Amino acid sequence: MYNSSILKSKIFTLLRICAVFLTLAAFSTSAFSQEEHAEGTGEKFETSKVVLEHIADSHSLHIIGHTHLPLPVIVYTSKGLEMFSSAKFADEAGGHEEEGIYHGSNYNYKLVNDKVKIVNNAGEIDEAATSGLYDFSITKNVVSMWMSVILLLIIFISVSSSYKKRAGKAPKGLQAFVEPLIVFVRDDIARPNIGYKHQRFMPLLLTVFFFIWINNLIGLVPFFPGGANLTGNIAVTLVLSVITLIVVNLNGNKHYWSHIFIPADVPVWIWPLWWVIELVGIISKPFALMIRLFANITAGHIIVLSLISLIFVFQSFAIAPVSIAFVVFMDVLELLVAALQAFIFTLLTALFIGTAIEEHHH
Amino acid sequence: MNPLVTPDIGLVFWTTVSFAVLLLLLAKFAWKPIMAALNERERFIEDSITRAEAAKEEMARLTSENDALLKRARAERDLILQEAKKVKDQIVGEAKESAQKEGARMIELARIEINNQKAIAMADVKNQVASLSLEIAEKVLRKQFEDQNQQDELVADLLKEVKL
Repeated sequence: MYNSSILKSKIFTLLRICAVFLTLAAFSTSAFSQEEHAEGTGEKFETSKVVLEHIADSHSLHIIGHTHLPLPVIVYTSKGLEMFSSAKFADEAGGHEEEGIYHGSNYNYKLVNDKVKIVNNAGEIDEAATSGLYDFSITKNVVSMWMSVILLLIIFISVSSSYKKRAGKAPKGLQAFVEPLIVFVRDDIARPNIGYKHQRFMPLLLTVFFFIWINNLIGLVPFFPGGANLTGNIAVTLVLSVITLIVVNLNGNKHYWSHIFIPADVPVWIWPLWWVIELVGIISKPFALMIRLFANITAGHIIVLSLISLIFVFQSFAIAPVSIAFVVFMDVLELLVAALQAFIFTLLTALFIGTAIEEHHH
Repeated sequence: MNPLVTPDIGLVFWTTVSFAVLLLLLAKFAWKPIMAALNERERFIEDSITRAEAAKEEMARLTSENDALLKRARAERDLILQEAKKVKDQIVGEAKESAQKEGARMIELARIEINNQKAIAMADVKNQVASLSLEIAEKVLRKQFEDQNQQDELVADLLKEVKL
């Protein structure tokens, strides 16, 4: 009796999830078509260009249809810092950001492939000045990341306060959903890999895990609050893996370093070669982390976008059901990948920390 | 290089800042209290289990103690009952014996009394018979010796018998 009602509720949940995905997929197609229609008419549909554009970062936030939210552009050049809205590019070109030149106080700026470039008065790119340009703009990815940061803070601070309020009681609501995940990170990621010293690394591992996971999930949402490809951006995965690199090597104990610099069982004349190999090892481990997360998430986005592009390649609505069916399948798979990649990144970080602080008894 | 694999300095900067802030805030306001609460609760559960285990053991000990006590009490009761039965049997036996003795004594007394009474009665009867016999003998003699001749005859007989 009880079991059957659980089963029913499970089936119901499954149906709901499927419904959500179907809506998402349909929505993404419509949003995509609205956007691409202007570009698509008349000229040939360039799948790779469109797909890469959607994966890349952007200086404006696409809300819906033709509505774009301009974002602040912050550039540091040899002549100093300059801040202006990305709408300024469009203002001076009568609506198209790509064509507009913003006449700043230091230089003239132009967006080329959504990258800020310094141009001369004729509109040609000034490569010498551009190489000295550092773009600290609040881009689509930065906004998306801040939203995820706020979301994470809201979720976990509220969960933490419910631990205080319901001290000694069974978890409830959001707390009940989050607790198994936290316990999972602790008992299945940190504890087996790091050992009894895991407590110290829990904040980092939990933050990495939930940061990657929630950004993977937000990345799957095709319209406004989502739509950014944050964890599929090499800069983000670079930062995360550099953090792993720093944490691992700062916590490396005597044994870890002595294994690298004075390997006991290795003849002294091999040591220089050994150092090179170990150095490569130190770098390659977080490097693999960086590439793995970047490639997995980006690949997922590329597949979904390509499947939707099929409709525009064939220029037929008849292909839409097939596209959507595949996209739903991919989205469900990506949902798994989102959690899996967060898990793998955290697991490997824990593993590297574990090997660096492992105690050897001879 | 492909822009896809070229990290933008801006995003690197903002990610570093955002992640650092997120890590600090979450560590202070979320992870620390949550982990503390989780550990606390785990310790509590472990304690509770240990205590429950101890209570169960104590319970088992008490039960076995009770059982032993009950067994002992039962044995004692059986012993007491047995003893009581023995005492009862003894008392009944003694009572029977004494009753028999008393009965025998009373029968003996009754017999003696009867014999006494019989002897008295017999003596009385004998006296009566003796006096009756004497009276009869007197009457007979009186009748017999109304005649003078007979008196003389007798005297003569008696004198004959007397041999000098």
